[in-house]
Amino acid sequence: MTTAIRINDIHKHFGSLHALKGIDLSIEQGEFFALLGPNGAGKSTLISILAGLIKPSSGDISVLGFDVITQYQQARQLLGIVPQELVFDPFFNVREMLRFQAGYFGRGPENDAWVDEILEGLGLADKANTNMRKLSGGMKRRALIAQALAHKPPVIVLDEPTAGVDVELRQMMWAFIKKLNRDGHTIILTTHYLEEAETLCNRIGMMKQGEIVALDSTANLLNKFAGKKLTLSLGEVSLPEAIRPLLRSQEKGMHTFALSDMAQIELVLASLRSANIPVMDMQLHEADLEDVFLSLVGKQ
Amino acid sequence: MPVFSKLLGLMMGALRVSPNYRGPWTLLKKEMLRFWRVGFQTVAAPVITALLYLLIFSHVLEGRVQVYQYVPYTVFLIPGLIMMSVLQNAFANSSSSLIQSKVMGNLIFVLLSPLTHMQFFFAFLCAAIIRGLVVGLCIYLVAICFVDLPISHPWMILAFSLLGSALLGTFGIIAGIWADRFDQMAVFQNFIIMPLSFLSGVFYSIHSLPPFWQTVSHLNPFFYMIDGFRYGFFGQADISPWISLSIVSTAFLVLAWSTLKMLKSGYKIRA
Repeated sequence: MTTAIRINDIHKHFGSLHALKGIDLSIEQGEFFALLGPNGAGKSTLISILAGLIKPSSGDISVLGFDVITQYQQARQLLGIVPQELVFDPFFNVREMLRFQAGYFGRGPENDAWVDEILEGLGLADKANTNMRKLSGGMKRRALIAQALAHKPPVIVLDEPTAGVDVELRQMMWAFIKKLNRDGHTIILTTHYLEEAETLCNRIGMMKQGEIVALDSTANLLNKFAGKKLTLSLGEVSLPEAIRPLLRSQEKGMHTFALSDMAQIELVLASLRSANIPVMDMQLHEADLEDVFLSLVGKQ
Repeated sequence: MPVFSKLLGLMMGALRVSPNYRGPWTLLKKEMLRFWRVGFQTVAAPVITALLYLLIFSHVLEGRVQVYQYVPYTVFLIPGLIMMSVLQNAFANSSSSLIQSKVMGNLIFVLLSPLTHMQFFFAFLCAAIIRGLVVGLCIYLVAICFVDLPISHPWMILAFSLLGSALLGTFGIIAGIWADRFDQMAVFQNFIIMPLSFLSGVFYSIHSLPPFWQTVSHLNPFFYMIDGFRYGFFGQADISPWISLSIVSTAFLVLAWSTLKMLKSGYKIRA
């Protein structure tokens, strides 16, 4: 089976800034993939190169085997991209915009049933004949997603799709996107809501300063990097030197330690005992993607 | 507006647009609908402006200025006003659409599509030509209600109006791509398009000018479009219409080639 997206040694320079430093990445068909990273990590630049909006300094990207530069027409036919900025055309209503967008990709009236399905799936059916100007921010965001899906692309890239969308609408949107993924569409997601990536995506790539610093299945990343979190209620105390490197956060007497394995619990408790620091309360949690993210890219 | 949409739909059906051509056709349809949705601003307003020029200049100069023998001044004025409006509106259509799309960010919807640079050019160019011709036709239809306007060479009228609107539509694409802000676009409108169209012989024959200004007028491409277009009505012109046609055609080809190069390279629209 052809790889949905193959990114091969992509570099991008903006003047003296080396924005992408040799990105290599393959995303298989049917994957729900998350691309995470702090602002300025290079995610949007990478997506813009994939979309043909920015030219790479070197390297190549293909969509289902079609190069995004030399075979851009075929590549773009297979790609639906939701841009990060909330942009719209004020002259038209939602249905007109979807029809135009499908039309650019060579789709005509035979595509109307799919347009209706998108409108229904994204909760836009009752706004179909409303001018884009008159939509709320959340509705505009959904219309933007609908436009990316209008030509029924097999590969869908969602760049920060839920920014400004309320919880209810977000749930509806994800239900529809998950359905598309079950139907075989490949989904690539960038988001700042890490719990979304953790819940939805089966593989995650993390970027930092133009490089991929982690690439694995969600489960493996959680096991490999996060381990466990131990939260102890100790009051305002000075911690023993031996356990200070494990301390992740400290707030109002609550100390949270990041542990790579269970054996470290005893190390922490023993150190506290020998320093005569009593433990008033104790909680042990599984780490989440935020911990992985912070441990990999959070420390600048 | 629904009538216009229906008309476009019927045209599309009649042309049996194949999926391969549906992309550029859709962009053209969108561009036409865009200017039609604000028809008062894009069609009615320039028609009223041209008719006001006609009213004022004919009132002031009728009987005082004789440009061609047996052609009253008001009749002489009409083709120039029609062509000036065709050119200005063709430019305004492509330039304003592109700058608005760039500033509002919605140009991305076209850039993400598989449309080629040639198809992009074709759609914006045709929309500009259509708006220019619609405005010109409206002025003509209103003018002939009041004035007996002869038509001497209809093919020349068609050729100059098509080539002129294509030339200015193409120039509008260049301006729309180059400009990043609305004030930069206003520079094109106020310092290039307006002076060149007002000093092109719309209101006078260049033979009435001193020799120096006659020479300067020959450097103005608008002069050839106005003069050639007027020849189509009266069979008389300041210079041979074939020379004008050659100059306008060459200018269009050069600008079209430059625009296609800009679009292919992604200048200012793809980083």
